[in-house]
Amino acid sequence: MIESYLPIFAQIVVAIVLGVLLSTLGVLIGPKRKTAQKLTTYESGIEPVGAAKERVSVKYYLVAMLFIVFDIEVVFMYPWAVSFREYGIAGLLSMVTFALLLLAGYFYIIKKGALEWD
Amino acid sequence: MQYLAVFFLAMELAHRVALGVVMITVIILSVVLTVWSERRVAAFIQHRVGPNRVGPFGLLQPFADVMKLLFKEDVVPSSANRFYHVLAPMISLFAAMTTVAVVPFANGIAIADVNVGMLYILAITSLGVYGLTIAGWASNNKYSLLGGLRSSAQMISYELAMGLSVVSVIVLADSLNMTNIVESQTANPLYWNCFRNFLGFVCFTVAAFAECNRAPFDLPEAEQELVGGYNTEFGAMKFAMFFLAEYANMIVASMVIVTLFLGGYQVPFWSEAPWFVQVGAFAAKTVLMIFVFIWVRWSVPRFKYSQLMNLGWKSLLPLALLNLLLVAAGVLLLGGK
Amino acid sequence: MDVSGILFVFLGAQIIVATVGTVWSRNPVTSALFLVLNFFALGGLYLLLEAQFIAVVQVIVYAGAIMVLFLFTIMLLNLDNERALAEKFDLRKGFAVLLGGVLLVELLYIIGLKTPIPIKQTALTTVQLGEAKYIGRELLTNFLFPFEIVSILLLLAVVGAIVLAKKNFTTSPKS
Repeated sequence: MIESYLPIFAQIVVAIVLGVLLSTLGVLIGPKRKTAQKLTTYESGIEPVGAAKERVSVKYYLVAMLFIVFDIEVVFMYPWAVSFREYGIAGLLSMVTFALLLLAGYFYIIKKGALEWD
Repeated sequence: MQYLAVFFLAMELAHRVALGVVMITVIILSVVLTVWSERRVAAFIQHRVGPNRVGPFGLLQPFADVMKLLFKEDVVPSSANRFYHVLAPMISLFAAMTTVAVVPFANGIAIADVNVGMLYILAITSLGVYGLTIAGWASNNKYSLLGGLRSSAQMISYELAMGLSVVSVIVLADSLNMTNIVESQTANPLYWNCFRNFLGFVCFTVAAFAECNRAPFDLPEAEQELVGGYNTEFGAMKFAMFFLAEYANMIVASMVIVTLFLGGYQVPFWSEAPWFVQVGAFAAKTVLMIFVFIWVRWSVPRFKYSQLMNLGWKSLLPLALLNLLLVAAGVLLLGGK
Repeated sequence: MDVSGILFVFLGAQIIVATVGTVWSRNPVTSALFLVLNFFALGGLYLLLEAQFIAVVQVIVYAGAIMVLFLFTIMLLNLDNERALAEKFDLRKGFAVLLGGVLLVELLYIIGLKTPIPIKQTALTTVQLGEAKYIGRELLTNFLFPFEIVSILLLLAVVGAIVLAKKNFTTSPKS
């Protein structure tokens, strides 16, 4: 079984080598004339104002959190999808229950306005 | 005896590595072709001529572009985090180049025909987020950080709709293996998933557009508001790597859409087609999908961020879930066909 | 040594390096990325145990979802400042060390005793046990109740996330 995954390992190694190769090439071939002005942060031509890393909106954090929850839900669906046929309507209903409970959470999110981006 | 076994193992690995190198070369070449055809098609749509000077029909234009980027200075801003500035384009490229490993090009021809192929694609796709996030964070630039955050939030939001529509395909195929998914669609085009599972097809395609950060979902690099987004501070080969990754993502996404919904390598009404015909059919369908990608980019205006999030969470997600339950009920009623 | 032996040594070394890196590095983003590497290698180890489904899900859920949240949190709280993260030894940390020590002793005890770990006997091969189909069957039969309970757990997580972040929502004029 593990043999069938070896090509994937090989592909991963090749992809990493390609990345390293391209970055090194760029550094080796390109000119190196660094000036203090060239190395400043780009801000549409003006001097950078303030720090870049300000605190960002909690919405992003919330989206990531909700994503985890629903992603786990979807992960449970994969094994269900390949086996529910054997159990017929009961198999379907168990997933409907599962999904409905999460749908309650989904409507809670919508009602709370947690996904309003304005 | 033992030496012989080690020798065979080494040969086997060398063979696999060679296959991987060939595949990556093919992708890079198709990226070159896609970049050229995107510019030509865009020009056609806008009543322009497009690049036509370098080589026949301007075909060598992308090579000229790469040469130019190669001879540009590799600038890392002094306030940026050096290591992550180098690492970020590599992560993006890595994710784009490894996804293709499980896509079947003909019956029995794939780099790796593994049992959980479909999940492998989702897993690698979910790693692509890091390239953009790290790029935005490492640049220490306001535009980059915002672009990186936006794109990662966008990608994870659309991953849900994508995952749910994939589940509906798995329900129809009763397998996680990519070849089985193609085989389940048979050589009769009416059984292809784009008809059997139309809603899933739409959801997945829209989500794939968003995952690739292509227009109309190209907010991470919306040049009017974020300059260049996550790749503002990237130049020379690092920019080329992001560019390569972006187009490779688009090509691989087309391949995955073809495999899941357009019958993959199946030739219409010819189930026993020889392998080269199947590869040809697969390539033709992929080119068609790439054309759709380009067509949409030059026809549809960009979303606002609120619209984008609303579409992902409030439309696609419930739609994909509904579709999944419908498909599952249909499979039970009609007995799998 | 066969293929899986070589891979095991490789992945094991990767896990050790990544774990040490996670704990040791001063930069929180480096820590997070080392953890991603760790999860990736862990997925590889699951693969060696013929647990294909768990291997991929490990990458999807931990590397693809949970670590993204970690990265967001690091960015959200602007944890860049290394001095802000300078840690002092306090009671909580002492407790963690104590628990770690207990775990280590337990591990060494089990290894030293060489007790055979009880394995549930089934008619299936390890490959079949690792397949998504088998896991699905178990979910729909023996573990149906826990399976449904999981959705309630996830529902609680949703509510928790909203409650934690609630203060910052602007009430829309429509409602």
